[in-house]
Amino acid sequence: MAMAQDVVAREPARPVVRTENVLRTGACVVLLAILAVLIVMPLYALLSQSLEDADKHFIGLGNFVRYANNPGLVQSVYNSLFVSIAVTAITVPLAFGYAYALTRSCMPAKTIFKGIALLPILAPSLLPAISLTYMFGNQGFMRGLLAGHSIHGPIGIIMAQVFHCFPFGVLIIGTALGISDGRLYEVAQTFSTPKWRVFWTITLPAVRYGLISACFVTFTTAIVDFGVAKVIGGSYNVLAIEIFKQIIGQQNFQMGAVIGVLLLLPALLTFFIERYVNKRQMSQLTARAVLYQPKPNRLFDLAMFGFVVVIAFCILGVNAVAVFASFFKLWPYDLSFSLDSYDFAAFDPGGWSSYWNSIVMASAAALFGTVLTFGGAYLVEKSPIPTLLRSLLHILAMIPIAVPGIVLGLGYVFFFNDPENPLGFLYYTMTILVMCSIAHYYTIPHLTALTALKQVDKEFEAVSQSLGVPFWVTLRRVTIPISLPVILDVATYIFVNAMTTVAAVIFIYSPQNKLASIAVIAMEDTGDTGAACAMAMMILYTSVAVKLVQIALSKLLFPKLQLWRHPDAS
Amino acid sequence: MIDKTAKRSGGAVLALALVLLAGPAMAQSPPVTLVAYTSLQKEVLAPYEAAFRKVHPEIQITWVRDAGGVIHARLLAERANPRADIIFSLPVTDIVGLYKEGLIEPYAPKDFEKLKPRFRDSRAVPVWTGLEMYLNVICFNTVEAQKRNLPRPTRWADLANPVYRGQITMPSPAMSNTGYGYIHGWMQAMGESAAWDFLDKLDQNVAVYTSSSATPCKYASTGEYAIGLSTDLTGPMMKTRGAPIDLIVPTDKTAWDIEAIALPKGSRHPEAAKLMLDWAVTREASQTFNKYYGIVGFPGLNNGPPNSIPDGDALAADYSVEWSIDNRDRLIAEWFKRYNAKSEPKAN
Repeated sequence: MAMAQDVVAREPARPVVRTENVLRTGACVVLLAILAVLIVMPLYALLSQSLEDADKHFIGLGNFVRYANNPGLVQSVYNSLFVSIAVTAITVPLAFGYAYALTRSCMPAKTIFKGIALLPILAPSLLPAISLTYMFGNQGFMRGLLAGHSIHGPIGIIMAQVFHCFPFGVLIIGTALGISDGRLYEVAQTFSTPKWRVFWTITLPAVRYGLISACFVTFTTAIVDFGVAKVIGGSYNVLAIEIFKQIIGQQNFQMGAVIGVLLLLPALLTFFIERYVNKRQMSQLTARAVLYQPKPNRLFDLAMFGFVVVIAFCILGVNAVAVFASFFKLWPYDLSFSLDSYDFAAFDPGGWSSYWNSIVMASAAALFGTVLTFGGAYLVEKSPIPTLLRSLLHILAMIPIAVPGIVLGLGYVFFFNDPENPLGFLYYTMTILVMCSIAHYYTIPHLTALTALKQVDKEFEAVSQSLGVPFWVTLRRVTIPISLPVILDVATYIFVNAMTTVAAVIFIYSPQNKLASIAVIAMEDTGDTGAACAMAMMILYTSVAVKLVQIALSKLLFPKLQLWRHPDAS
Repeated sequence: MIDKTAKRSGGAVLALALVLLAGPAMAQSPPVTLVAYTSLQKEVLAPYEAAFRKVHPEIQITWVRDAGGVIHARLLAERANPRADIIFSLPVTDIVGLYKEGLIEPYAPKDFEKLKPRFRDSRAVPVWTGLEMYLNVICFNTVEAQKRNLPRPTRWADLANPVYRGQITMPSPAMSNTGYGYIHGWMQAMGESAAWDFLDKLDQNVAVYTSSSATPCKYASTGEYAIGLSTDLTGPMMKTRGAPIDLIVPTDKTAWDIEAIALPKGSRHPEAAKLMLDWAVTREASQTFNKYYGIVGFPGLNNGPPNSIPDGDALAADYSVEWSIDNRDRLIAEWFKRYNAKSEPKAN
């Protein structure tokens, strides 16, 4: 209350404004409480064990010292850094080029290519790993391209990770590139500024925030991912695998927690870098802005089109291999056509029920997750709430991406299955799966919403406020309509990820609500690779369908809600 | 024997008839639902459940199935508020580990003395009781072996031959119970220093240490790597599906593990769980298991699935399970130190 008044004091003292700010601060506190339950407390329940011995006695940093003295474990830190940096260095430029083509050229069929770029997140990360084995493994039809190197190792991990992380990059950078002030470019043109200069002085600075976010997201996704490394990593040790070795292989929760803590470090570091950049970032879209419209340029458009086609071909190729894999009778010895792999009942007693469970779970996660993440981003970006709360909200939102699913999932067990916990009744229910999925995938929707909101001028709020319009009216009539495409993006993103999530939920699903993604892992594990591919493809088809619905909705809603972007057209 | 079986199945029919008659009366007391934690292969869960419910229709089962390590970790993580009513089943080493953490309630299933000796815990009141045994076997891809000129290994020591360089995969003992089975099996058979010498040479030939015991055989089945050290759970399945592999048990015997059942502390329906444990040691239960596993607890049954290894009992090495449990941390730490830091799989 005292803090709320503190902020209010700086505003003109009008009763309405005061109420509004108290309301928003209140909303912020509620959201913080929710995030504390979803993210902080479960994590604390596991990570606090990094400071304990096996009998729960506090031993300070002893586990960390033991860790540092184990050469095998230290090697995995270097390996993880190497892989993640390589993945970031490859993914971000590619994603930038792709997003640039989609937003700044007049190449044809943009919607289709945008859809293709997102394909990798629509299927479990296991899928590229399986496909790459079929392509570049010792029996692979393209193994010659690796010149004698093995796909089972860093090369395979990096390739599969680039594939897996690419959509994040396109999504984030695309959002940043998609909203920019056309007037700057017009001015530049008037002064006949050379193209490269325009690029360096207008385009890049404008998307700096998006680029940093993309680097951060790619790096952390790559460093915490477990599925890819497990299937294709061979004996190459990375941190995510080490966690698995410690917790699953040796039931050493303490050492697993130590690695979990280490994995949080890059996220913290990036958080501070981001704060720094953030301070210097200005709103790209002022109320007077005119949305940039690319103009046709034959050569440039053709070049961009070519680049996009090559990348899209690679993405489709990897997926196509998985499709074929699901139809082969026995790769590579009997390549006759067979539908056996699609007879899930033969491989998994859960059969179709796990598929429907997944759909229910993913829908609920998308609904509640979107409200939470967009609401949170709105509060962080557009509300006069106390700085402390704002920072806290933002840092909580940034944590999940740095947390391996297995750490979050085990944290949920320790926290929610504690007999002392009044929320214990949630354990073993569908609700806890929904909560865990929202928590696990919180960061990217938050960043996406934030990036979009950052580019909407604060002036909208200021003007509304001085006209005496309460914030919820501005929110409903301006901010949400402007952001609707992003809101749909976010909902779709959470849905498709919840469909594929594995590591986080594997410890907390109950027999009654088993998920399709868990069935995929189980089938891969027992050697039913074809069936695993088939189920993964079912998840992919579902996610594609949802994506298509999203596109259709955007197409229907866009023209009306986005009119403000094209003043000439109205 | 036949007479006894007939009597028993007659009994089962009688029980079934009684249950059918008693149906309406029983509807008043709600049926018990047991939460069973298991690392069994998912294919066997439905038939096991059906066989059990023929005898005890009043008891329902919901399965939580995952890899042994995951189930083990989950049981530990849930210790403050146990959720499992019965463990059906986990490898013995996992159950003994859980027992040492104080999470298992010893229980002697009715007539468990009839099981083969290896399937019985030697403690006064058994902590675990064995259902079926699996062997560590070599999955050997014959098509690739011919192409790559690889001789057929007949003894474990053969695998140290440099001709196999980059052709062998095996589960990592740091991640897989089966992987550890190989290590302690060789230690107990060869003696520690000879075993480490062998492992040093073997390491030169190993292309990948995998996280799951099934993966090496899958690699062998697709020819990704010609030789996979795996188990006779995965091997027969892949071979039946048409993979060009032979399942080899070297003449100097092999490591094994037993899938066992136990009563977890904090079971919410201990009485029903005990009924299920009692059922599991019957001949009828073993007959059901035998449809999926070559070696089962009840003596005299040898009707394993296609491609399973006949008379597997005789091929299982004689070693001390307790020794393997007591030395686990030490051996894995040493293995970790020697081979874990390997950064990149060797090219073929």
